[in-house]
Amino acid sequence: MIINHPLLGPRDSAEFTYMGDARLINRPDWQADDAVAQFTDYGYLRDNPAGAHRELWFHEGGDRSWLVVTRDTTTHEITNVELARDVARAEGRSK
Amino acid sequence: MTQSNRLDGGLIDRSETWSFRFDGKWMKGHKGDTLASALLANDVRLMGRSFKYHRPRGPLTAGSEEPNAIVELREGARKEPNTRATTAELFDGLRANSQNRWPSLAFDAMAINDRLSQFFAAGFYYKTFMWPAAFWEKVYEPIIRKAAGLGTLSHKPDPDTYDKGFLHCDVLIIGSGPAGLAAALTAGRSGAQVIIADEDFLLGGRLNAESFALGDDPAHVWAAQTVAELQTMPNVRVMPRTTIIGAFDHGIYGAVERVSDHLATPEDGKPRQILWRIYSKRAILAAGATERPIAFEMNDRPGIMLASAMRSYANRWAVTPSHQVAVFTNNDDGHRTAADLLAKGVTVAAVVDTRSDAPKTSDYETIAGATVTNTQGRLGLTAVEVTLASGTTRTLAVGGLGVSGGWNPNVHMTCHQRGRPTWNADIAAFVPGGALPTGLSVAGAANGDLSTHGALMGGMHTAQSVLNDIGLASDALTLPPAEDAPVNVTPFWHVAGAKRAWLDQQNDVTAKDVVLAHKENFTSVEHLKRYTTLGMATDQGKTSNMAGLAIMAEVAGKQIPDVGTTMFRPPYTPTAIGAFAGRSRDKDFRPVRKTPSHVYAEEQGAVFVEVGMWLRAQWFPQPGETHWRESVDREVAQTRKSVGICDVTTLGKIDVQGADAAEFLNKIYCNPFAKVPVGKVRYGLMLREDGIAMDDGTAARMAEDHFVVTTTTANAVGVYRHMEFVRQCLFPDMDVQLISTTEAWAQFSVAGPNARKLLQKVVDPEHDISNEGFPYMACGDITVGGGLRARLFRISFSGELAYEIAVPTRYGDALVRKMMAAGEEFGATMYGTEALGVMRIEKGHAAGNELNGTTTALNLGMARMVSKKKDSIGSTLSERAGLNQDDALKLVGFKPVDSKNPVPAGSHLMTKGDPVDAAHDQGYVTSACYSPELGHHIGIGYLKAGDTRLGETVRLVSPLTGVDHDVQVVSAHFVDPEGDRVRA
Repeated sequence: MIINHPLLGPRDSAEFTYMGDARLINRPDWQADDAVAQFTDYGYLRDNPAGAHRELWFHEGGDRSWLVVTRDTTTHEITNVELARDVARAEGRSK
Repeated sequence: MTQSNRLDGGLIDRSETWSFRFDGKWMKGHKGDTLASALLANDVRLMGRSFKYHRPRGPLTAGSEEPNAIVELREGARKEPNTRATTAELFDGLRANSQNRWPSLAFDAMAINDRLSQFFAAGFYYKTFMWPAAFWEKVYEPIIRKAAGLGTLSHKPDPDTYDKGFLHCDVLIIGSGPAGLAAALTAGRSGAQVIIADEDFLLGGRLNAESFALGDDPAHVWAAQTVAELQTMPNVRVMPRTTIIGAFDHGIYGAVERVSDHLATPEDGKPRQILWRIYSKRAILAAGATERPIAFEMNDRPGIMLASAMRSYANRWAVTPSHQVAVFTNNDDGHRTAADLLAKGVTVAAVVDTRSDAPKTSDYETIAGATVTNTQGRLGLTAVEVTLASGTTRTLAVGGLGVSGGWNPNVHMTCHQRGRPTWNADIAAFVPGGALPTGLSVAGAANGDLSTHGALMGGMHTAQSVLNDIGLASDALTLPPAEDAPVNVTPFWHVAGAKRAWLDQQNDVTAKDVVLAHKENFTSVEHLKRYTTLGMATDQGKTSNMAGLAIMAEVAGKQIPDVGTTMFRPPYTPTAIGAFAGRSRDKDFRPVRKTPSHVYAEEQGAVFVEVGMWLRAQWFPQPGETHWRESVDREVAQTRKSVGICDVTTLGKIDVQGADAAEFLNKIYCNPFAKVPVGKVRYGLMLREDGIAMDDGTAARMAEDHFVVTTTTANAVGVYRHMEFVRQCLFPDMDVQLISTTEAWAQFSVAGPNARKLLQKVVDPEHDISNEGFPYMACGDITVGGGLRARLFRISFSGELAYEIAVPTRYGDALVRKMMAAGEEFGATMYGTEALGVMRIEKGHAAGNELNGTTTALNLGMARMVSKKKDSIGSTLSERAGLNQDDALKLVGFKPVDSKNPVPAGSHLMTKGDPVDAAHDQGYVTSACYSPELGHHIGIGYLKAGDTRLGETVRLVSPLTGVDHDVQVVSAHFVDPEGDRVRA
């Protein structure tokens, strides 16, 4: 597969390490009343879509960016690649 | 033996006559021959034995789809079993042997299977070896394994090298027949970056096998001229002997280039094969079509081959399987074979055409509306029996029979991304359909355009279309006029009533087997394949699957497209495992990382151990030491008595800088870091988000905004990845930067009561490293050897007064030599990973065995370290009830009640008097060693509520290794539990 890195252009997927569902960005608030339940969902529950899937790839053999790659799990077509940091900021994460 | 079956003409080089040996007999052939064509030239039709029944077989084809003529090529370590004689290029001195026969090809004792064939029908293995179950492993499987397989391995290391390479192009063209050449010419002239690859050593595809002209020249001349033009273009890479083996994601193709297979041995410095990964913007599949046979009674005798193969042998290689031949066809193309062989002076007894309206000619006899219903000849065809439309039979005395059942487009590559072909009734064949791999187009016969004109035009137009896609303008070619015969075919798959009509000749699957499988309710095409083994041989059913599907459709009362096809998967043809391995074998299997003190350690005679990719000194044997324990015990004793030095460069080092560096470490580690003063080191425990311990190490605060973090050797990569995840994905606005500096710094542990005295001789005198000036857990920038920048950390893994000293990597060798020279007066010793391990077990420090991916801070005895006042990775889930039971495992030490006994790691712990079973398991030993300090074996490990059971005697068992004795539960800190030594 070829991943179109937002900064570096098209790179072979062999340069990357895969981690899975990009929802791992949405880490719960540790001070919530039901924090343990929220963290359990966060840690263990994943959707397994046949189709578009947003997932985390780490450019380990490259610039060490974490990317959010939108990939169709049935065709491997990649429709979007973003810097995970930008995604995290857009979802309200900061410090 | 003379080349009695050699004809005139052909594309061989008769000025080069080469000798080759087959089954011990020397024969002659020419440059341009394949092993199969050279054998046929020498009147050798019998080339192999089939897999199951050991039936005598000759070549069915003249290409890579060959099921029968499978031989062992070469000898000694280069012997390669299951090689197709039809694609093996002849070279002078080639040696080949037939396989799957004993004692000889002509007389094969295992051919008795053929007599017993009524017992070996489809599903024979499943039906016969059912009972008793215990017989499978001991009786049936060894017998089956011995009888199975065709060729044999050399059992020697492969002496050849294999390379891997990467290529990029605008357009990849797969196949160099008329469609491929027209496409390549169009794309090449447009200026696009083009790769054209063909598995054959002579480019041109069928143009080299046909007698017709393209314009004014023979077809092969146009092919050669076109190839010559392509070879002059700097933007075109022409790759003969290169098989595209698979279509992968996003326009990536795998290719195997056989660089040296046509030579006796590779040229100096050249690989045998190269596995290419080709990145293409667009690809054009011009893989042509494969003729399919018709199944009839005893259709497998040597001399019976595809009509197109017979034509290839005559036109390209100037050979014929016999001087008397016949043709059996259901379409017009079969008649071409008759005409071409006739033109070459071969006697054509007749063309047997299944169609009642078969075309007639005065050149040879056409027997219309007839079928071949039997054949004769034990080791080679001598006659065929023809049943006429009237029902009467007639015998033709021939040594060769060309069979044509129509052509199947080579759709394989179009299906590698789960596309499924569609049925085209006009040519009675599957053509590319469904979703093709990204960027792939199909042209020519592979697309169902079976005429030469159609292929040329298809190649050109497809190229123009894909060039337009990628923004390149192209001109139309002036192509030569070419034959444009319509496809006249009446589907005819098998002659009814045959008892032994072979479909898959390599695996001996008959038309009857398909019918039997259907009767036994194997109605899915994928089940049919596996039950009968149809299409599961080395040729993957390229000539047999279609007839199997057709017969299945017939017995099921379905249409062929409703039966469907099995999945096509890479590789397209068998590929040497060596090509996939490339250079990654033996010592080069993966990179070796050497520590900065490697050369010095080698000089000291160190024994090395692989840790990850690192080679680390395991121990340093001294003269007279005969057992590793002697060396290790000495290294431990000397370190604890005076001073020892160990290379710890392999531990991961991560530089953490930025205004939020401390806050970042607060997230990474479960214990607090915000208040660590500059110049101090703190031990840190890192949890996974699920609350399980991930790694541990130290973080040294070099400045307000600068930490140096260490990780374990094994987890260095994973911890860095995790820290980047936390930084980029969870806290994107933290002012913090990370970089791995593992290889930038050479780091040594200097441990033992004389460690300070030694270092004081090395560290520049302006730096105060006295106990007061540089206390336990201090860190700082220093200089050594007169101004070389260095870092010093007062941390201890051994439990002794110890430091870790780091210098830029290139000074590591000099530093270790300087320190050992400075330590000579103290009797300083180098110590390796074994002594390191012994000392940390004696001290009760956790390592990889304890942080094993199942244990928590609570298990490690560090529950209080998990701060509840801050958010850190894993802190929330570490509070889960399941991880905090009263009887949770706790890290404790064990010593044997009988001091002679060892405490083997991996042994389990049982409460005295309890049964030894999983339900009563109390824990297990994680690390163990002989303690030179205590004079007996010790262990550390996890015991349920272990911290409350100090002093208890428990039973240590390992049913697998026979361990069963008592050990006493003690503190894990065997040496200096108060920590006085590290603070001395």
